[in-house]
Amino acid sequence: MTHELKLYCEKSRLAELRSFIAEALSATQLSAISQNQLILAVEEVCANLIIHSHDCNPLSHIWLTIHLNPERIIFEIKDSGKAFNIIEYKSPEINAVIREKRKGGLGLLLVRKIMDKIEFETDHAFNTCRLIKKLKSK
Amino acid sequence: MLSINMTAAREHLVIALNGEVDASNSVELDEVIQEALSGSVQKILVDGRNLEYISSAGLGVFMSYLEDFREKNVAFVIFGLNEKVMNVFHILGLDQLIHIKNTQEEAEESLYDA
Repeated sequence: MTHELKLYCEKSRLAELRSFIAEALSATQLSAISQNQLILAVEEVCANLIIHSHDCNPLSHIWLTIHLNPERIIFEIKDSGKAFNIIEYKSPEINAVIREKRKGGLGLLLVRKIMDKIEFETDHAFNTCRLIKKLKSK
Repeated sequence: MLSINMTAAREHLVIALNGEVDASNSVELDEVIQEALSGSVQKILVDGRNLEYISSAGLGVFMSYLEDFREKNVAFVIFGLNEKVMNVFHILGLDQLIHIKNTQEEAEESLYDA
């Protein structure tokens, strides 16, 4: 099963993104806590792209495709903004965040804790980030 | 959607969060905490009973004030988080860095017994 969303690059669209993911995940057996974690992780990546790669330009957009398989869920996030290599990005230490009174930097840490696998690739046209969550086999 | 109410009670302030905190509105939470800190109050409670969702933008606001709370000797306690929201604090271990209580009674007790 595949679900696809064209998301315009405004922060006010994040609520719409959450509803879309929640709707797609409602077909799964995942607990409310697990569903919330996946919604959060995808939102963190999208918010990052909207703010840092697209400067909140409401005319640009990113694509989210959700592939629901029995063994795994794959969230594919595609955009054509400035490439942000999520794999090479080094998350800050929590202590440094507190000491420096930083408000950002925790998002991708959450993504890494929540997802089982993160892939990133870029070519001249698109950046593609794949967030993969394995489902427990019964 | 997020709405924030600030009320004074005894010697403390209660900041009640209603709705969802994400990158689109975390600045509102930031402003309210900044305002609370600008006064002379030494005890701040966050009522999270109606907080439905929080992303890193909201977590980051709380984290960015931990040093100020320490420097100004302000007691800061969050209470009433639902299990989804509590889980988000837990993923990063923030429940070890921020005082979080289940009920308002427990939260007030910790403010006044400290």
